[in-house]
Amino acid sequence: MPKNENIILCGIGGQGTILASKLLAAAAMKRGMAVKTAETIGMAQRGGSVFSHIRLGEDVHAPLIAPGQADLIIAFEPAEAVRHLHMLRPGGRVVVSTRPIFPTSVLVGQSQYPVEEVIDYLKTHVEHLTMVDSEQAAKDLGSSKVLNVVLLGAAIRSGALSLKEEDILEAIHERVAERFHALNENALKYV
Amino acid sequence: MHTEFLMGNEAIALGALAAGVHLVAGYPGTPSTEVLETAAKRNPGSVYVEWSINEKAAMEVAAGAAYAGARALVTMKQVGLNVASDPLMSLEYIGVKGGLVVMVADDPGPISSQTEQDTRTFAMFSKVPLFDPSSVQEAYTMIQEAFEFSEKYGTPVFFRATTRVDHGYEAIDVKDEAEYKKLPVEGFIKDSSRWVIFPRLSVVNHAKIERRNAALSDTLSDYPGNQILPGQGRKGIASHGINFTYVQEALTEEVPLLRVATPFPFPERKAVEFMEGLDEVLCVEELDPVIERALTYVCGKFGLKTRIRGKLTGDIAPSGENTIASVRAAIDAFLEKEPVAAPQSDPLPPLPVRPPVLCAGCPHRASFYAVKRAMQGQKTIFCGDIGCYTLGNAQPLDMCDTCLCMGAGLGIAQGVFHMEPDTKAFAFVGDSTFFASGITGTINAFYNQADMTLVVLDNSTTAMTGHQPHPGTGRTVMGQVVEKVRIENILKAIGLATVEIVDPLDHKLAVKTVKRVAAEPGVKAIIFRSPCVAITKPKARAKVDPERCVGCRRCIDQLGCPALILDGKKAMIDTSLCTGCTLCEQICPVGAISGGDRDAQK
Ligand code: SF4
Ligand code: SF4
Repeated sequence: MPKNENIILCGIGGQGTILASKLLAAAAMKRGMAVKTAETIGMAQRGGSVFSHIRLGEDVHAPLIAPGQADLIIAFEPAEAVRHLHMLRPGGRVVVSTRPIFPTSVLVGQSQYPVEEVIDYLKTHVEHLTMVDSEQAAKDLGSSKVLNVVLLGAAIRSGALSLKEEDILEAIHERVAERFHALNENALKYV
Repeated sequence: MHTEFLMGNEAIALGALAAGVHLVAGYPGTPSTEVLETAAKRNPGSVYVEWSINEKAAMEVAAGAAYAGARALVTMKQVGLNVASDPLMSLEYIGVKGGLVVMVADDPGPISSQTEQDTRTFAMFSKVPLFDPSSVQEAYTMIQEAFEFSEKYGTPVFFRATTRVDHGYEAIDVKDEAEYKKLPVEGFIKDSSRWVIFPRLSVVNHAKIERRNAALSDTLSDYPGNQILPGQGRKGIASHGINFTYVQEALTEEVPLLRVATPFPFPERKAVEFMEGLDEVLCVEELDPVIERALTYVCGKFGLKTRIRGKLTGDIAPSGENTIASVRAAIDAFLEKEPVAAPQSDPLPPLPVRPPVLCAGCPHRASFYAVKRAMQGQKTIFCGDIGCYTLGNAQPLDMCDTCLCMGAGLGIAQGVFHMEPDTKAFAFVGDSTFFASGITGTINAFYNQADMTLVVLDNSTTAMTGHQPHPGTGRTVMGQVVEKVRIENILKAIGLATVEIVDPLDHKLAVKTVKRVAAEPGVKAIIFRSPCVAITKPKARAKVDPERCVGCRRCIDQLGCPALILDGKKAMIDTSLCTGCTLCEQICPVGAISGGDRDAQK
């Protein structure tokens, strides 16, 4: 039996982490894998830090992942990647969008966000790191709304998952309105 | 049967539908909301579903259905149970004919609630039996059993799940619509000796309830949800709900386990069987030490020597959410194992604090800002309430001095005024909260001669919980178009002389109105009416002209709109977030921002 796979998606409420987690789950189910997930739902969706835990495999009891057990972290924002880094297992992979998002708390001086230090931390502490220039991706794809699919594509191609591109593509076809299929397909293959 | 990937709350709804539920009523509240929404969405056509105006109304509607012999489901979050407790406490004495399941979502943490109250404790207090599932699949089957149980014993029953079950997803086996139970409804049969609560009936029924619950303790000892998993050694672990899965994840060896799915009435015989041969039991629980107290009691009652540990002995944190890591640490200590040293990691760089905020273009921001500007320099108190607008407390708005529970802001404003008459007291309440529990507070203020400005933040939806319809929206969850209940009509009918309706995005007019209205004596109201941006999907975007922007930061520092960011020294607008509400345009001193369209926002 293949071993369990643990995936964490993290970002900011409104960035599309929940759809990404649904796509991963649907793709895994197509492979016949058992799936359990846990999401942040509620107040934090209003621009707060949010996460999804996705667990694939038969031998899973809890929907949450224990610290140091995630095989893959897909981070929609660099500071959020660092916030969840303690969840990564040794040798795990991080796929991260490098575009920082500044909360008002930083602009009004209530907290700090030293972006370079954060990115450096990722570079020096993550052995298997995939950085995605999401600003460039948005320009090339003509939309900033498919960041989730761009990151999923990068994660799949990194080989960190047993899931295949066509599984995700099929899931997209089932869950996304047809007029967005081409855009999402391009996004999936972007990185 | 077929397999579906479902959220716990969806599974609960589908379980209720499979059990042949006839009526579902509830009030939205995280983490319970999706149960009723799913019941409405997946309604096979025969089920009556309503968003009630609050949990008390929902409970009473469901009671009526159950009196008529129908199966009814009521849904709410844990604090909603406080609102529904008045009818429920009495209903337990009266009993039901059709099955009545009270689905309550508890929120350890708390993640999105005011309190960490435990419905299992409420079950003991109200004498209502309770079911506590551990997984999505179990939630689906257990709620069906809960209906059977309720009907068999003629009592309402609690079905309590916590956030990680409610909002967890799992691929589970569910029945096809053709397999749903179809049950006839007998109808209400008049019998005042049964349905009218008088002290003499309560005396008789109370005795019956106590006898029944004592007997149920034995019956439930054979309920498969109350489960012993054998293991080695003289130390065992007892747990419940999602925590049971944390225990399973944390354990590396086979330790005797007890899972308690019905903490009330407590399955005593099962517990005695479990503790046979055990020196110590660790109770891994979230919220109250319910199992721990019950096991301690069982040991005393049956003269067992087993030592019970848990929250009361300091082995498990007395509050907050448990995690696999915290449970593992507690179990390792209990089993006297060397704790696995946490890997040393370098100190993290400073990370931005990212609390939830009002959305870009949210009309509440404009309303708060208008009141703030209008009342500058005066002695004021701004009493907030429960909803998205609680987020008005954040800097830089800082417009929420108090928040307690649904509708409480109105009463608090009055109390402060009576003690400090020179304070201008404001109560902010959302439209859904006003219908749920703001009307009595308004009448109280009017009758008792308080001096208070009621600010109704009317965004025409129940935004925080995901945009449920309410009496002011003119729609029901069943899709009917109905006569709107108008807040202004209610306020005028109470007798308020001043009820102003203003668009908060018209900043000058809004400030002027607040100044004028707040200066009037007595109770007066301003209704800030502008729809929630999350449902209107506005198209216009504002832009900062970097040539004209002088970098004064007024827009950023005053409004805290998440779309306003800095580009070097100048303001810049994130067009993926901006809704073009124009608020920043109206306050920029040099007119550097343009392009928004506040009418396009509606
Ligand atoms: S117009 Fe200004 S205040 Fe309104 S959403 Fe856009 S940036 Fe925010
Ligand atoms: S208020 Fe106007 S001038 Fe001041 S920073 Fe904002 S856009 Fe620039």
